[in-house]
Amino acid sequence: MSANFYYGIEVFLNGMMAGVLYSLVALGFVLIFKASGIFNYAQGVMALFAALTLVGFQNGQIPFSHLINAIFGTNIHHFGWHMPAILAIIFTLMVMVLFAYLVEKFVLKHLVNQEPIILFMATIGLAYFMEGFGDLMWGADIKKLDVGIPQGGNIWLEEKTAFLGGPDFYGFYLDNLDMWATVCAGLLVVSLVLFSQYTKTGRALRAVADDHQAALSVGISLRAIWVIVWSIAGFVALVAGIMWGSKSGVQFSLSLIALKALPVLMLGGFTSIPGAIVGGLIIGVGEKMFEFLIGVPFLGGATENWFAYMLALLFLVFRPQGLFGEKIIERV
Amino acid sequence: MNTQDSYVTADGRTIGPPMMEVKNITLRFGGVVAIKDISFDIREGEVRAIIGPNGAGKSSMLNVINGFYHPQDGEVWFHGKKRHAMKPHQIAEQGIARTFQNIALFKGMSTLDNIMTGRLTHMKSNMFSQMMWWGGAQAEEVANREIVEKVIDFLEIQAIRKTPVGRLPYGFQKRVELGRALAAEPKLLLLDEPMAGMNVEEKEDMSRFILDVNDEFGTTIALIEHDMGVVMDIADRVVVMDYGKKIGDGTPDEVRNNQDVIDAYLGVAHD
Amino acid sequence: MLYREAGDFKTTYAKDQQTFPIAFDRWGYRLTLAFAVLVVPFILNDYWTNAVVLPFLIYAIAAIGLNILTGYCGQVSLGSGGFMAVGAYAAYKLMTGFPDLNIVFVILLSGGITALVGMLFGLPSLRIKGFYLAVATLAAQFFLVWLFNKVPWFYNYSASGQISAPERSLFGFAVTGANAHPATSYLFCLGFVFVLAWAARNLTRGANGRKWMAIRDMDIAAEIIGVDPLKAKLTAFGVSSFYIGIAGALLFAVYLGAAEVGEAFGIEKSFLILFMVIIGGLGSIFGSFAGAAFMILMPVLLKNIMVGQMGWPTDLASHFQFVIVGGLIIIFLIVEPHGLAQLWRLAKEKLRLWPFPH
Repeated sequence: MSANFYYGIEVFLNGMMAGVLYSLVALGFVLIFKASGIFNYAQGVMALFAALTLVGFQNGQIPFSHLINAIFGTNIHHFGWHMPAILAIIFTLMVMVLFAYLVEKFVLKHLVNQEPIILFMATIGLAYFMEGFGDLMWGADIKKLDVGIPQGGNIWLEEKTAFLGGPDFYGFYLDNLDMWATVCAGLLVVSLVLFSQYTKTGRALRAVADDHQAALSVGISLRAIWVIVWSIAGFVALVAGIMWGSKSGVQFSLSLIALKALPVLMLGGFTSIPGAIVGGLIIGVGEKMFEFLIGVPFLGGATENWFAYMLALLFLVFRPQGLFGEKIIERV
Repeated sequence: MNTQDSYVTADGRTIGPPMMEVKNITLRFGGVVAIKDISFDIREGEVRAIIGPNGAGKSSMLNVINGFYHPQDGEVWFHGKKRHAMKPHQIAEQGIARTFQNIALFKGMSTLDNIMTGRLTHMKSNMFSQMMWWGGAQAEEVANREIVEKVIDFLEIQAIRKTPVGRLPYGFQKRVELGRALAAEPKLLLLDEPMAGMNVEEKEDMSRFILDVNDEFGTTIALIEHDMGVVMDIADRVVVMDYGKKIGDGTPDEVRNNQDVIDAYLGVAHD
Repeated sequence: MLYREAGDFKTTYAKDQQTFPIAFDRWGYRLTLAFAVLVVPFILNDYWTNAVVLPFLIYAIAAIGLNILTGYCGQVSLGSGGFMAVGAYAAYKLMTGFPDLNIVFVILLSGGITALVGMLFGLPSLRIKGFYLAVATLAAQFFLVWLFNKVPWFYNYSASGQISAPERSLFGFAVTGANAHPATSYLFCLGFVFVLAWAARNLTRGANGRKWMAIRDMDIAAEIIGVDPLKAKLTAFGVSSFYIGIAGALLFAVYLGAAEVGEAFGIEKSFLILFMVIIGGLGSIFGSFAGAAFMILMPVLLKNIMVGQMGWPTDLASHFQFVIVGGLIIIFLIVEPHGLAQLWRLAKEKLRLWPFPH
């Protein structure tokens, strides 16, 4: 086998690992969509916000310090402590739950029974709001995030697999962080599926997804469910934020992972959990392989920006209900 | 009576030869058979009712007639010609209009605009002329407005002309929907439960409108209705469906005395 | 007491169908127009032209375009930035490829080319609806930006990857390039705005508009009463993209002068125009103007207050801008999903009854 073949496999593996992360973010979307019919565009910004908050807690930054400095002419920045990662994660989680509560109280509650597209646009507004708010609170500079996950290429794997492809092949180069992320995301995906299928809350969540009014009439609190779902989405955002933030720093571009998850949703269907998982893997592998085989050699690269969308678009034209959706019978 | 000949009814209306014939229609959704091997005809100028219990396949039948569903088997003949598979909007162009079981008005528009949409199949001015609002487009707009105003007068809804339809009470919404279908000046008018959810007075009004449409404009009408009294009063002929099958077909009197129909309505043990 | 229909009897259907049925509105409209043509050009300075007036006029065209698609036909698009880029690059290629072509035709042709591209990306709308379509239009956004970035032919192989507008003039006055006078640029854009807004109003109040609104309100019923959904949606995509393409061409040629695709026509532009439409009012031409004015004026105002008056750093002000825009979007959707146009309508209803509220 030629070295190129093995590099192809390496690309495939990297695609799988990216795909798992896409699945994770997509799952955040699916959960909120199933429970409240809201297509939450703010999911990506939530990841950014969570990562910003985490870094802020870890480094002991004073919230809104820039604003305070501007108004009062002071020069404050840090509390002067350094918080252990695990504690900071717990605090950040609490912030995300608080955020879920506030979103329910100030936004969702007032938009009940609005058309889905109005709700969607409200989440775009929410995304803008959070982006500005996060920057106001913690500053917009690029921050380094380190919660102790090993980084860099896995030397061991590279050395052990170097023999496979002859003299031109140096072994599979896989990033430690990516592998960690894959394991975490995989675990999270499994536990979310178990949660929604086998717990009482999960059942209530699915009931709400099927029919709001029916769920209300059997005594399920819609508002409690929404807070729970948005908290879970916040948790998912935090995990995604940690993974992405450790890799490329905490900055605005982190919020763009939401845009990566959208085609996954189109492919898998907005309401299907298996769809989100399989769709994520297809897109992850597909865009990396397309870039490797066609993008770089023939199209000048950077095809990852649009490949996922084009794939999803073409797919939808032939199967509008997505991978796992049921065929839609229209009635009049 | 001979199936091809015209005849005159007791109240003096002329019923012509069949304009719409459905032959051996079968419609399936996956494994579910919604309509099974049904044939009947609708004669020119008559009021034809389709009745049957819930889930009998009546609405599906109307959907087949106006091309929204495509049956797996069977043929639809219109004006003596076999109809090929068509899109619903092409069928509307041929002069088939309908109302819906659950009101399907355009919520963001006024009564007037809703009824004007019924004229869309008659409005052909090009986009450029519309953009300029000159000559063709404006003349066409005014000409069609005149027809719509006649419909508005006929249905006695002048006062709500410019009201957004979302604000109207249920009975008026039903009337506006009828107006939208009438504005198209259809040859065949399909009414899906035009009187559902109405009180006696509203039903009387609606019955009067239906009979007047039939009488004054000579429009052929096929309607689905649950109220037996109304059906027996206004229909010339009745098709009875049950579980996707036709179990009776004939004048109201014939149908009333049909044993299968009586069984379906009063209930017998199904084996 | 002035604001009445009473006494203003309509004796023909044509009169009843006019745009401003109330005499007071008709005069208001004529006065605004006269003011815009006869007074504004003489009081404009560079700052106001560049910071407020030109962007307002150009984005108003884009907002009308998106409003036709989203507000009237109900198809949400997040690809406006990409379509503006098509208009800009088409204008660039036309200007550099055919130096003798009149600038007005360049702009119109750019709109036409964008309309074709828009219709191409509108094709899936027949099969996909709602969110799926909204997300699918992102495909257009990302693909188009990538295309103009990666294919050197589009930017005439220039080393910087930028496109820049050569000078073109109309009736002897420069409208593009560095020598264009603010008043000329203003009048040039104003002409497009006036004609396009007028055409949009006519299109949306007649048969075409009813087809679009029927598709928006209930697509299945629309099809059954005789609206061809493919044709209706494609014309909406076409007309909408025509407008957005013209806005893109004007933005590049008249306002920016030089542009780089990712920076000038990125996804933020798509959102900006969508926000204008939401805040201004879905399904309203007036709303498109109101929304564009709001979204252009607000940042200028914030910047003036926070940076100019209070001496805050610029980045802080821009963060605040995000918070305020996001918050306002949410508030508008909660309080008045039909935007500024609806508030205006409500105010007029009140005014008609005033001073006798019963």
